[in-house]
Amino acid sequence: MITTAPTVRSSDWDRALRALSALMVDPAGLGGMVVRARPGPVRQRFEGALPGLPLPLRRIHPGLDDAQLFGGLNVAASLAAGHMIRDPGLAETPCALLLPMAERTPAALAARLSQLLDTGGGHCIVLLDEGAEPEETAPASMSDRLAFLADLSVVRSADAAIRLPAPADIDSARRHLDRVQTPSDDLTQLVLLAARFGIDGARAPMFALRCARALAALDGEDNTTQDHLREAVQLIYAPRATQTPEEDEAPDPDPDQDAPPDPANTDADSVASDTGQIPDDLLVQAVAACLPADLLMRLERSSRARGSPAAGSGAGFKRQANRRGRPLPSRPGRIDGRARIDVIATLRAAAPWQTLRRKARESHPQLIILPADIRLRRFEDRSDRLLIFAVDASGSAALSRMAEAKGAIEMLLAQAYAKRDQVALVAFRGTGAEVLLPPTRSLVQAKRRLTALPGGGGTPLASGLRAAFDMALHGQRVGLSPSIAFLTDGRGNIDLAGTPGRAQAREDAQTMARLLSGLRLPSVVIDIAPRPGPESAALAGWLNAQYLPLPRADASRISAAADAALTR
Amino acid sequence: MISPFPFSAIVGQDQMKTAMILTAIDPGLGGVLVFGDRGTGKSTAVRALAALLPPITVVQGCPVNSEAPQDCPAWANVTDHTMTERPTPVVDLPLGVTEDRVTGALDIERALAHGEKSFEPGLLARANRGYLYIDEVNLLEDHIVDLLLDVAQSGINTVEREGLSIRHAARFVLVGSGNPEEGELRPQLLDRFGLSVEVASPNTVEERVEVIRRRDAYDRDHAAFMAKWQAEDTTLRDAILSARAALPQVETSDEILHDCARLSLALGADGLRGELTLLRAARALAALRGAGRIDRAHLRDIAPLALSHRLRRDPLDEAGSSARVARTVADTLP
Repeated sequence: MITTAPTVRSSDWDRALRALSALMVDPAGLGGMVVRARPGPVRQRFEGALPGLPLPLRRIHPGLDDAQLFGGLNVAASLAAGHMIRDPGLAETPCALLLPMAERTPAALAARLSQLLDTGGGHCIVLLDEGAEPEETAPASMSDRLAFLADLSVVRSADAAIRLPAPADIDSARRHLDRVQTPSDDLTQLVLLAARFGIDGARAPMFALRCARALAALDGEDNTTQDHLREAVQLIYAPRATQTPEEDEAPDPDPDQDAPPDPANTDADSVASDTGQIPDDLLVQAVAACLPADLLMRLERSSRARGSPAAGSGAGFKRQANRRGRPLPSRPGRIDGRARIDVIATLRAAAPWQTLRRKARESHPQLIILPADIRLRRFEDRSDRLLIFAVDASGSAALSRMAEAKGAIEMLLAQAYAKRDQVALVAFRGTGAEVLLPPTRSLVQAKRRLTALPGGGGTPLASGLRAAFDMALHGQRVGLSPSIAFLTDGRGNIDLAGTPGRAQAREDAQTMARLLSGLRLPSVVIDIAPRPGPESAALAGWLNAQYLPLPRADASRISAAADAALTR
Repeated sequence: MISPFPFSAIVGQDQMKTAMILTAIDPGLGGVLVFGDRGTGKSTAVRALAALLPPITVVQGCPVNSEAPQDCPAWANVTDHTMTERPTPVVDLPLGVTEDRVTGALDIERALAHGEKSFEPGLLARANRGYLYIDEVNLLEDHIVDLLLDVAQSGINTVEREGLSIRHAARFVLVGSGNPEEGELRPQLLDRFGLSVEVASPNTVEERVEVIRRRDAYDRDHAAFMAKWQAEDTTLRDAILSARAALPQVETSDEILHDCARLSLALGADGLRGELTLLRAARALAALRGAGRIDRAHLRDIAPLALSHRLRRDPLDEAGSSARVARTVADTLP
C-alpha cells in the first residue's frame, strides 16, 4: 500500500523541519508538534534540533505524576529538614516538554497536559509517537491541540540533514511576529479550505493562521502572502484531512469514513458555492499533494485509535491497582499523589527504629519517620473484558447470520456499562478479514460501523483467525482481557494469502488457530451452519475453545451464549 | 495567568451558553453536560463562565467558601470572621484524580512533619457554592463517579477514613464535557445532570471565520479585546443577577405543570427528575427573559436540554434522542 517514492518521502523531512522552524518562532501559539517515528538516527537528528526552541527543554515520560507536573511535597527533604519543602512543578514555568513513547500516554496525563495547553501558560509540547501498529497513536485530545504532525517513519537517514534558519534569524522573526498582518480574505480562505478537507473544529484554521504568520515573520514580511498560506495549509491541513475535495462532489462512497455526525461539512460546502468563494485551487492542490497515498488507511487508523479504550475496571483479568479492589498487603513506596499511604503499616515499619534514630539525632522529636518507612496501599483490580466477535460473512454462512451477529453485538454493547465489557467485531469474507468495529464501549460508534456490514464470497477462515489474534494481542497490550467468540461454519476455503484451495486453507487455519490457542484466551466457536458439521468442532479443538452448535439462534441467544461461555 | 476568553465573545453555541447561564441563575438545576466534537469551544465556555459569574461573599480563609461564620466547619478552625468577596470557584476535576484529592483526606504532610491529625480538604470542598468541571467526563474512573453521584445528590461530603470523621457542605454545579465516540456515560451519572447539550462546529463559513477572528484578536491584542467584551459580559452578569432576583416571583400555572407531565409521559423518561428539572429550567428561562410566568414557548425551548439525556436508550433507534424529544414536543405542545 505504501509507495516509497523517495522524492515525495524526502519532503516529509523538509516539511518537518519547516514546521519546527515555525514552532521556534511561535512555540506557545502553535502548541507543539507530534513526531511519529521509531527511535533511530533520523529521529535522533530531529531531536538534536529541538534545543533551538526558545524555551527550556524538559524530557518527560508517560508515567509522569502530578507532583512532578504541578509541584508537590518533597518528602525526603521535608522529613530530613523537619519542615515542609515543596518542589516546583513543570507547569509553573513555561517550558518545552518532550514526551517520548507518546502512544503510551494514559488518558489522565493527556487530560492534564491538554489543560496545561488550554490555560495558556506558554508551554509547548513535542510528542514523540513511537507506535509500531497503525492503531497505536498519541492521544487524540492532545494531538488535536498541537499544530503539527510530522511523520518521519519512512524518512531515510541519508536524507535527514538539519537545515534550519540561524538562531539570530529566529530571534528576529519572533520579535517581528506581532507586527505581521493577515488580510481578512485569507481567513475566510483558510476556513473554507478546512471545510473542504473535512476538518472539523476551530483549532486547525487557527493553527494555520498562526503558522502562516510565523512563516511570514521568518521571511521578514509584514503581511502574510499566498506562499505562506500555501505552506501553512500544507503543514497543518494535510495530516488532518478526512477527505479529499474531489470526493466532496460525489456522494461519500463509504459512510464509515465520515467524520463525526456533523452537518458542518456539507453545509459549509453549500455556503461556499452560494457565496462563490471557492478557495484558490492552488491551495487545494498544495494540500492534496501532501496527502499521503494511504489516506483511507490512515483514516481507518485514526478512527480506530479514537476508539482505543481508557483505563477502567471490570470483569477481566486481575491486576494490581492502587485505588480500588480487594486489599493486598501494603508495600514500601514513595508518596506520589496516586497511591494512598497505609498509615498503620508505615508506623509499624518505623516503630522498631525509633530508639536508634533518636540517639542519632540532636533533637528528640516524638516520632522519626524516614521516607523508607512509608508503606502504600495496594488493591487487586480487574481489567476490562474485551469481547471480540469474529464473524464469518461469507456466502456459505448464510447472510442472515450477519444480522443476528450484529444484533448480538448491539445487545452486549447496550449492557456494556454494567459489565464493563468492550466489544469488537472482525468480519471475514471474500479474500481477507477486516476490523469492522474496533474495541469500543460506545453505542454511537458501533451503530455507525455496523450499519454497512458487507457479506458474500469465500471463507478466509485463516485470515479471520489472524485478525482476531492481532486484535486480542493489541487488547492485551492496552490492558484489556480479551475473549473471542467465533461465529462460523468452519468451512474455510481461502488461505492466508487470499487464494482459493481447501487444503492450504485448512492448513493455514490450523496454524493460526494453534497460535491463537497459545494466548490461552477464553474462546467459543458458535457453529452457525444450517446443519452443524465436523469442521467447526475441529476448529474448536484446535483453538482449545468451547463448541456450541446454534443452527437457528437469534440475536439474543447468541449474545447470551457468548456471554455465558466466556464468563469465568 | 491571563484572563480567560470572554463568555459573550463565544460565537454561536447558543444552547450551550443558555444552559450555562440557567445554571448560574438557579444552581439547583443540577448542572450541564456538554457532548460534542473536539475544538467546539466546550472547555473555553466553562473557563469563561468563571470570569462571567458574579463574585460570592465568603468567610475569609474558610476552606469550603462558607457564606456565614456559623457555617464554617469545626475542623477548619476558622477564627477570623471577616468576610471577603471572591470569584465564583470553578474547579477542574482531572481524569486521573484520586479519591483523596476529591473528598479530602488526612493531611499526610502535617501528620508527618508536625505529628498533628488534620484534614486536608479536597476538590469538593473547594467547589462548594461554585462549579465542578470534568472534562472527558465519560472517561472518568468508576469509583470517582460513585463518589460524585453521592455528593451531588446530598450536597454533603462525608469523609470516614484514616481515623477522620468529617462532614462539610459540597453544593456545586456539575459541568461535564466529553466526546460520545470515546465512550458512554453511565445512566446514573447522566441522570444527575440537569441539562444536556450537544454541540457541533458552527455550520456557516461566516461563523467559522468569526470564531477564528475573535480568537486571534484575543491572542494578539488581549487588552483591547477584553475591554471590548467586558461591557457585554457585564450586561450578561447584570441579567443573571436580576433573573436571580426575579426567580422566586415567576408564576407557574397548572396548565404548565400538566404540560410538563404530559411531555415526560409521552417520552417515557425514567423517574420524576425529568419533569422537575424541566419545570425549574423553564422557570429560570422565564426569569432570564423577564417574563412573569412560564409559558409554552419556554417549555418548548428548554425541553430538549432537560429531557434528551433521560430517555431509555434504544440501541436499535437510528435517530438521536434530541430528535425524538423535538418530535414529541411538537406533537404534545402544539
